[in-house]
Amino acid sequence: MSVLPSTRIYEGTRIPSPVPTILEIDPEKHRLEDILRVNFGPNHPSTHGVLRLIVDLDGETVAGIRAVIGYLHTGFEKNMESKSWWKSVTYAPRIDYVSFQANELVYVMAIEKLLEIEVPRRAVWARMALAELTRVHSHLVWLGTAALELGAISLFWYCFDDRDQILDLFEMVGGTRMHTRYFQVGGLAEDLPPGFTAEARKFCDSMPKSVDEYEAILDRNAIWLERTKGIGLLSADDALALGQSGPMLRASGVDWDLRRNMPYLAYDEVDFHVPVYPHGDVYDRYKVHMDEMRESVRIVRQCLERIDETEGEPWIVDDRKIVLPPRHELHTSMESLIHHFKIVTEGFTVPEGEVYVAIESPRGEAGCYLVSDGGARPWRVKFRAPSFAALQATATIVQGVLIADLIAAAGSLDPVMGDADR
Amino acid sequence: MTEYASVPGVVETRLAHGETTIVVDPARLVEACLWLRDHHGFNVLSDLAAADYLGWGEQGVAGYIGTATGRDLNRPGSQGLARLPDPKPKRFSVSYHLLRVSDEPARLRLQLWLDDGEPVASLIDVWPAADWFEREAWDMLGIRFEGHQNLVRILMPEDWEGHPLRKDYPLGGEPVRFSDED
Repeated sequence: MSVLPSTRIYEGTRIPSPVPTILEIDPEKHRLEDILRVNFGPNHPSTHGVLRLIVDLDGETVAGIRAVIGYLHTGFEKNMESKSWWKSVTYAPRIDYVSFQANELVYVMAIEKLLEIEVPRRAVWARMALAELTRVHSHLVWLGTAALELGAISLFWYCFDDRDQILDLFEMVGGTRMHTRYFQVGGLAEDLPPGFTAEARKFCDSMPKSVDEYEAILDRNAIWLERTKGIGLLSADDALALGQSGPMLRASGVDWDLRRNMPYLAYDEVDFHVPVYPHGDVYDRYKVHMDEMRESVRIVRQCLERIDETEGEPWIVDDRKIVLPPRHELHTSMESLIHHFKIVTEGFTVPEGEVYVAIESPRGEAGCYLVSDGGARPWRVKFRAPSFAALQATATIVQGVLIADLIAAAGSLDPVMGDADR
Repeated sequence: MTEYASVPGVVETRLAHGETTIVVDPARLVEACLWLRDHHGFNVLSDLAAADYLGWGEQGVAGYIGTATGRDLNRPGSQGLARLPDPKPKRFSVSYHLLRVSDEPARLRLQLWLDDGEPVASLIDVWPAADWFEREAWDMLGIRFEGHQNLVRILMPEDWEGHPLRKDYPLGGEPVRFSDED
């Protein structure tokens, strides 16, 4: 990529200037008295939550746009500063409520990095299996809602049917369907229940067929093709400059996946393919999502084998200063009772330091920056939200599109407003 | 470690938890970033995290929590720190997490320190992705970025007062309607 030194913009960029996220009306292309300003959202059924777009329309063409976020700001980061490390884990999955396990994972991994503890193998494989199931879950929700916004109602119900099967698996391991808080600092909250791998295999058998089916429904639909191909264009250079990640980047032709390029957990030990498409339009983003679902199922299968192999092995580190003692010990051992009491009331302490951990969440790079002063509570928690970064591309991808295509383009960013606003 | 020694304005380089941090002089930030982008290939600004260190280490060491007025019974001694954390140069830190998307991937934390009200140059011209990240740091912690043409609140309402992630901003500090009325 040819970046000219000391200037922002390289040849052919479409990023607006001077503010990259605001598309100003170009007086040479549009007569200002023809412009109609429409307030789109925050409460609109096709904005994926509470996203507000202020759109300047010239006829049906988008002449100017700015995205306004913050309607779902709940102060997670501030709240987490006042909770112990142990308790603040509960907050992380609620930030991105569609890929909850991914946020939980990145937060727990960041704490583990500060503590410098190594997680047992069984927990690593279980985390990977659940993280990939979360990816399928998140992509299904995206596919269902994105198609719904373009008028394909039946697909929404198909997707949510499959999604429910994933939620059943989560319920099996964590007791709740969403926000399971199953990833614990040091490993897992409990061992995987008996019969989990069998149930998960059933899902792995049915899911690829479903993906084929959905792809057949959409790929042979002229309306879907017309409304997604060539819409919402983003070039590879622009995507990098705007800090895009995940499917956004891969649909723009950048061969980049943190799972493969900077492996964490045990992604370097599984076999999977990273889908890359060159056009940077809505259709390519859809293709990336579809391929990723198939690849995720492949990864889950490999993880399930390892989970079976590690049957009976520990699923959490044996460090009583960090990890709750087994329940049965509380009735017989005074020390265990004390450790339990200390961890639940006061929490464990984490050595002083700062770390940034990033994982490939369904939406892209989910990062967590942590600062510890050596106490029982985080000094600062900052989440790098992939939706926040993705929404910065709104002004770049909607230039000159029609208002109806704005829905398709904005939806293809796959924003979850809880994630963007935190 | 030494590979970043030639970056303009470097004050300190450290390696911890396998992560490299370089601290730069705020006055030479843009120069340093252009250097890192063009000579080291850091083509993505993946995150900008600011932090407030007001009251850093004031919690005291375990067993010494007692103040001049006596020990606070509501704060047991075991809640103190095992050791006092290292002092910080100034009140605010701004950490830019850079990423090199290439066949030789790398991450780097570029850090600078600021006092309250001290401005720092905007990085929009280096990485357009800085736009909202800088607005967020302004909104949440009141860091001023010079040269940003739309430095307005992003997560909080436009008419909000104060910067919620500052340590002197109370939790639950939201004004409730009717609370000041009889």
